[in-house]
Amino acid sequence: MVETALVDWSRLQFALTAAYHWLFVPLTLGLAVVMATMESVYVATGDEFWKRTTKFWMKLFAINFTVGIATGIILEFEFGTNWSNYSWFVGDIFGAPLAIEGIFAFFIEATFFAVMFFGWEKVSKRFHLASTWLTGIGAAISAVWILVANSWMQNPVGMEFNPDTVRHEMVDFWALVLNPVAVSKFFHSVFSGWMTGAIFVIGISCWYLLKGRERRFALSSIRVAAIVGIIGTFAVMLSGDSSGVQVAKYQPMKLAAAEGLEDGGTRAGFSIVPGVEVPGVLSILATHDIDGYVPGINNILEGYTTPDGERHLSAEEKMERGDIALKAFSDYRALRESDPAAAAEARALLDENVEYFGYGYIDSKEELVPPVGLVYWAFRVMVGIGGLLLLFMVVVLWAERKGRLEGMRPLLWAALLAIPLVYIAGQAGWIVAEVGRQPWVIDGLLPVKAAVSSVSVAAVQTTFWLFVAIFTLFLVIELRIMFKAINEGPKTENE
Amino acid sequence: MITYEFLQHYWWLLIALLGGLLVFLLFVQGGNLLIFLAGKSEEERQLIVNSTGRKWELTFTTLVTFGGAFFASFPLFYSTSFGGAYWVWVLILITFVLQAVSYEFQRKAGNLLGTRTFRIFLTLNGCLAPLLIGTAVGTFFTGSAFYVDKSAVGHIAAPVISRWANEWHGLEAVTNAFNVEFGLMVLFLTTSLGALYLINNIASESLAKSLRRYLAIFFALFLVMFLVVCYHLITMEGFAVDAAGEVYMEKGKYFANLLAMPAVLTMLLVGAVLLVLGVVFTLLKSEFTRGIWLSAPGTVLAVMALFLIVGYNNTAYYPSTADLASSLTIANSSSSEFTLRTMAVVSLIIPFVVAYIAYFWRQMDRNSLTTEEINEGESY
Repeated sequence: MVETALVDWSRLQFALTAAYHWLFVPLTLGLAVVMATMESVYVATGDEFWKRTTKFWMKLFAINFTVGIATGIILEFEFGTNWSNYSWFVGDIFGAPLAIEGIFAFFIEATFFAVMFFGWEKVSKRFHLASTWLTGIGAAISAVWILVANSWMQNPVGMEFNPDTVRHEMVDFWALVLNPVAVSKFFHSVFSGWMTGAIFVIGISCWYLLKGRERRFALSSIRVAAIVGIIGTFAVMLSGDSSGVQVAKYQPMKLAAAEGLEDGGTRAGFSIVPGVEVPGVLSILATHDIDGYVPGINNILEGYTTPDGERHLSAEEKMERGDIALKAFSDYRALRESDPAAAAEARALLDENVEYFGYGYIDSKEELVPPVGLVYWAFRVMVGIGGLLLLFMVVVLWAERKGRLEGMRPLLWAALLAIPLVYIAGQAGWIVAEVGRQPWVIDGLLPVKAAVSSVSVAAVQTTFWLFVAIFTLFLVIELRIMFKAINEGPKTENE
Repeated sequence: MITYEFLQHYWWLLIALLGGLLVFLLFVQGGNLLIFLAGKSEEERQLIVNSTGRKWELTFTTLVTFGGAFFASFPLFYSTSFGGAYWVWVLILITFVLQAVSYEFQRKAGNLLGTRTFRIFLTLNGCLAPLLIGTAVGTFFTGSAFYVDKSAVGHIAAPVISRWANEWHGLEAVTNAFNVEFGLMVLFLTTSLGALYLINNIASESLAKSLRRYLAIFFALFLVMFLVVCYHLITMEGFAVDAAGEVYMEKGKYFANLLAMPAVLTMLLVGAVLLVLGVVFTLLKSEFTRGIWLSAPGTVLAVMALFLIVGYNNTAYYPSTADLASSLTIANSSSSEFTLRTMAVVSLIIPFVVAYIAYFWRQMDRNSLTTEEINEGESY
């Protein structure tokens, strides 16, 4: 029996690593754009002030970048160390984007980061600028591939199950890459990084204004960052909208959980907070049609028929077909050498039911419901903070353009508060995506509990606490170093 | 004709190439092991840290890509070895994680632990990473205790495909002398490469003198271990595979592979000669600083040859001592033909990647690193 404790600790360990990794990645994605824009201004105008401004943000970028790398390598290898069954069962598909990420993206980042950081006096101005952009582009390309991999887990496409090798095998590479979920997820994640970078720069710059220091530096940085941040937020909203439609289509249970929707229907209402509902809005968000049908948790468990007549199986029917698939799989494996005719029969039965293979591992239908409260509130936190931050950045940009920003001290204080908020929103987004898809590691095909490695609970607990200790230590040190560097300032005042 | 079998061989060749490049790039770790040994003053220690510090991300990225490529091309190895030899891989990872932040943190105000602690992390990684990676690769020749049963997926209560046969989860590898010898050989090699790289990269006569002394010591140790490992490779039993895919023990299998594949034998010999020449020239001529550019290709070739001996010519590259039938071969552990073919197309970009890395490496290293540069420009 796969121990529940082993599954829970393995899941917690992965969640911990991913959450820590996502503390550092969005700033890398966003700050890269902000500082590359600043360096572009430097190259275009030749004004040394912009060079110093760029260099200051680059310094903070480097401190953050390094911890992102450290947490990232653990994630990659955890697929093998803690999810070994997963690694074989879908490695034929999942390994490819990870390898491509290394070959295409990480080498760009590694090479041009070194040129960007140490090459000011070694390469030409334009070459240096190209390196700064390429560092950011490398980070974005790496996001493409890791999100292609993640999206495949949410909406598995382009593969077939092969019972001889006991794994899913890739049959269509482009279906994997152009998976609609991957496209939305890429824009949603990368542009949320732009928001993080923008809020980070605005927050620190406003702190200088509160202190009456680095005036030109702060105002110039705010202008660039607010523009990047506003563009980013609109892109996040657009991609979030298409994400919503996709979740409704491919992972209706995740959507029902995110809405706390027990019984769905047409003209489904959107819950702002429990008890406050706007009629019809959920149908619009999920299907772009006010009369669209959105199933609730109970509908999904009990089975439902959409208005166009399409019937969706109940949880019990899916579990039955999963059992059939698993049994047919075992029969096929047992008979394929001794009795080819019976094996062919088993194979046909397996093929017929393979879509529900993962349901064979599910013990009760309650297992199929993710933690509703967590997903519901995480979604509201993400959307609520996102909206607030957009408003905030618009006001900041307006005040800066009107020359009134320095006098608006509450707004400057709000900018400091916005920094933790943007991180909370990013984490909440991933909670919606990843907690919302439980119990599946690959939607419908493999539950988390069938994906773990055969290691002891104690081993996973040990590494879990080890990672907690190391990552927390890194985070504390990173923050201390950042605060010192910020306090020291960019030293642009004499310009 | 590009057959499935061809693709499996092609991908093993790429794994061998990445393995070779990784061992060469572990000169970063080797250099870091010398921080306190060769660096007699703060100035010298800082030169070493800044010199390897401009290359560490390439090593790190190669390690990540090596892992990703292995995952994509031979996923059964990824799932069996990483999930099985759990502690070895976790230890390796942790030392790399400590290394990753140490450069950036070591001299920054507010770093909590102090410069020395972070340099100790770098040294720890410099010692443990090559040693453990080498020991793990040693098990490619001596085997590990595991079972692979793909039908287990049908057992609802325990669907795990790969299981380790003991509770040590990889740590037992150190009880086999050959594995340890292999690990030490890699450690002494990477330290020698580190010394060669630093001699080439840093403009400091006093440091160069000290580095040459350590090069002599570590390379002598390497040669001893290399000969011991070669002796074992010639005489030891290997894990052979017959036409039906059955694994059996064969006396002198790895030596036989070498003789059966003259190209691989040539690679090994040319690699070893280049490696030795790079060191000998450096030690004999005090003005000669380019030894790394002989020893680096030598290392890549020699390591590639070792990977090819253990993977090609009907050999199980990741054998199981607990159950011979569970042993991994490049045929039974690879990705599907479609995936290998797709990834083969992707691999065509590799020469381009290598080319731009080499170009920028030259651009950045036109002049040797000096204390003035560290003090005036950006530095760790």
